[in-house]
Amino acid sequence: MTLTLSQLLTTPPLNPQLQELRTQATGYLQEETIPTRKDEEWRFTDLAPLLTKTFTPPPPQLPAANIGSFTLPEALNTRLVFINGIYAPQLSSIADLPTGVFIGNLAAATTAGLAVADYLGKQPGGEEVFTAINTARIDEAAVVWLSKDVSIETPIQILFVAIIEETALAISPRSLMILEAGSSATAIEEYLDLSSSDRAYFNNAVTEIWLGDTAKLNHTRIQNQDTTTIHIGKTAVSQSEHSSYTGNSIDLGAKLSRHNWEIFQIGAQTETYLNGLAMVNGEQESDTHSVIALTKPHGITNQLHKCIVDDRAHAIFNGKVFVPQAAQQTNAGQLNRNLLLSSTARIDTKPQLEITADNVKCSHGATVSQLEDDEIFYLQSRGLDVETAKILLINAFAVEIIDRIPVASVREKLVVAVKAFRAN
Amino acid sequence: MINPNSPVILSIEHLTADVDGTQILNGVSLEIKAGEIHAIMGPNGSGKSTLSKVLAGHPAYTVTGGKVTYRGENLFDLEPQDRARSGVFLAFQYPLEIPGVSNLDFLRVAYNSRQKHIGLEELDAFDFDELIQAKLDIVKMNPAFLSRSVNEGFSGGEKKRNEILQMAILQPSLAILDETDSGLDIDALKIVANGVNQLSTQDNAMLVITHYQRLLDYIIPDYVHVMSNGQIITSGGKELALELEAKGYDWLTEPLPVAT
Repeated sequence: MTLTLSQLLTTPPLNPQLQELRTQATGYLQEETIPTRKDEEWRFTDLAPLLTKTFTPPPPQLPAANIGSFTLPEALNTRLVFINGIYAPQLSSIADLPTGVFIGNLAAATTAGLAVADYLGKQPGGEEVFTAINTARIDEAAVVWLSKDVSIETPIQILFVAIIEETALAISPRSLMILEAGSSATAIEEYLDLSSSDRAYFNNAVTEIWLGDTAKLNHTRIQNQDTTTIHIGKTAVSQSEHSSYTGNSIDLGAKLSRHNWEIFQIGAQTETYLNGLAMVNGEQESDTHSVIALTKPHGITNQLHKCIVDDRAHAIFNGKVFVPQAAQQTNAGQLNRNLLLSSTARIDTKPQLEITADNVKCSHGATVSQLEDDEIFYLQSRGLDVETAKILLINAFAVEIIDRIPVASVREKLVVAVKAFRAN
Repeated sequence: MINPNSPVILSIEHLTADVDGTQILNGVSLEIKAGEIHAIMGPNGSGKSTLSKVLAGHPAYTVTGGKVTYRGENLFDLEPQDRARSGVFLAFQYPLEIPGVSNLDFLRVAYNSRQKHIGLEELDAFDFDELIQAKLDIVKMNPAFLSRSVNEGFSGGEKKRNEILQMAILQPSLAILDETDSGLDIDALKIVANGVNQLSTQDNAMLVITHYQRLLDYIIPDYVHVMSNGQIITSGGKELALELEAKGYDWLTEPLPVAT
């Protein structure tokens, strides 16, 4: 592999605990290689584009950036911005936070006395190769920390913007969200770029979320990066008793995108709702591998993942749900619906429910469909031309997921992106 | 209403058409003038629904011969959406459900595409909402339906009424009702028929395709045609429908010669 460790390590970290994490991750990497198609978890995903290029870490100086079009009107004072994974205080905006709400970068979190080291890099699955690659050079993170019983209605925006000028970069965004018992928040995490030329880059993101007892998080993750990008992302969520996690994962961009979405139940009676939408055309490849690992009783989980695939693009879905003996009275549902828009579009879908508990209610389903002549004709018979009819039907398919995002301006932006999908 | 001086809205001459290589229409000829209501009846498989789909331009059907003129223009020169924009409306026998598209948005887009075509003002969401509220009563539709997805979760009767509501918004010159009464109970039938009657004027024309005579108690036709084996085998006034009701289709399709 051309991605060597010496290329991954940058300047010494700000505190010794980071060094510990780095060393541990580096240790994992000694034993590992970039996965190939022979690895079950990467069976359908072609990582060749990653191996044939050399990526360098970003320079420490922040390039100039105008992120005006990315800011959310609903989150004017709750916005963290990172350019190429580096914190950009001039572009961020944090003000008027209720007591008990922390939003800031890693250094600010440490200064505020938050016990970040107790959580950072502690989610299960840290040995996974791309997670380890990120952790091996960790030096920054977006941190959101809500104290016990604190709620914030205002959505929190975490914006990771890539600006690639000359060389192909390897960027490692990192997020950590801790919601203590009884707290609640809404977060919008976005991966976008402002690169003017189609410069390839490798974006390897890790987000770790800890939900305390009865805590509630609505988390929207949007990846809309340039179609030369390789984007690998991990979202790891640990849920304590009675907590609720609603995740909305939207994948629109990148040449190759892979989202490893892992939910670990550590207390009983949790609620987990995973909503996903992947829209790919051209030669794009989008892969979502999700895991819901239940270990306690009375959990409720529901997953709806939708893919829209056009041209020669490829979407992959593998949804694992583990329901062992200890997870009695689980109620788990999973549905993957796919829309193919061309004869060369491809979808690989694998629901994977592993159930050893005997008193549970679990269901799963996968459908693959295309735009029906009858549907298009019905719309034509009402005066719509074929292209408008197709856009309306594609939009209708996508909107079921988009409508689940609680922030209006985000929904509007996504609807615009969906409408532009056919035009590309 | 028959008026010999009315302009011809639709003229079908010796139309033949097939689907998947099987010929269904075997030479249909028909002329419909403005202000008229024509009913087409016939046994299953006679080609009644096929005729309506061919006129609307369904892609599964291929015209193999004949000519159709709509308001002086060759109908087959027009794409389905242009036929619709020019005022041809097909009320589907099985209206489609379109989850994710609201009734209101769908109707507005359809309305505006017709407006644009005829060079009139397109309406924004607010103005359109006013327009549609006024039309709901024609089919006794609950305003709550407008925010639901097109036909999603609608009963058979509600779907048919939704078709007539669309007709009320689009104000077609030629409305083709394809077995609009199928699957309806008597109350739904009356609402649909009443709606159609309110929309029938001396400037537009209706082609009502039906299997049963019952609908024609409520939508009084000027002419009744009977189709069998892809052709119109006889035509008459509204009494013909009553005779058919009494004697059955066999009365016509068996030993009698084909009427010209």
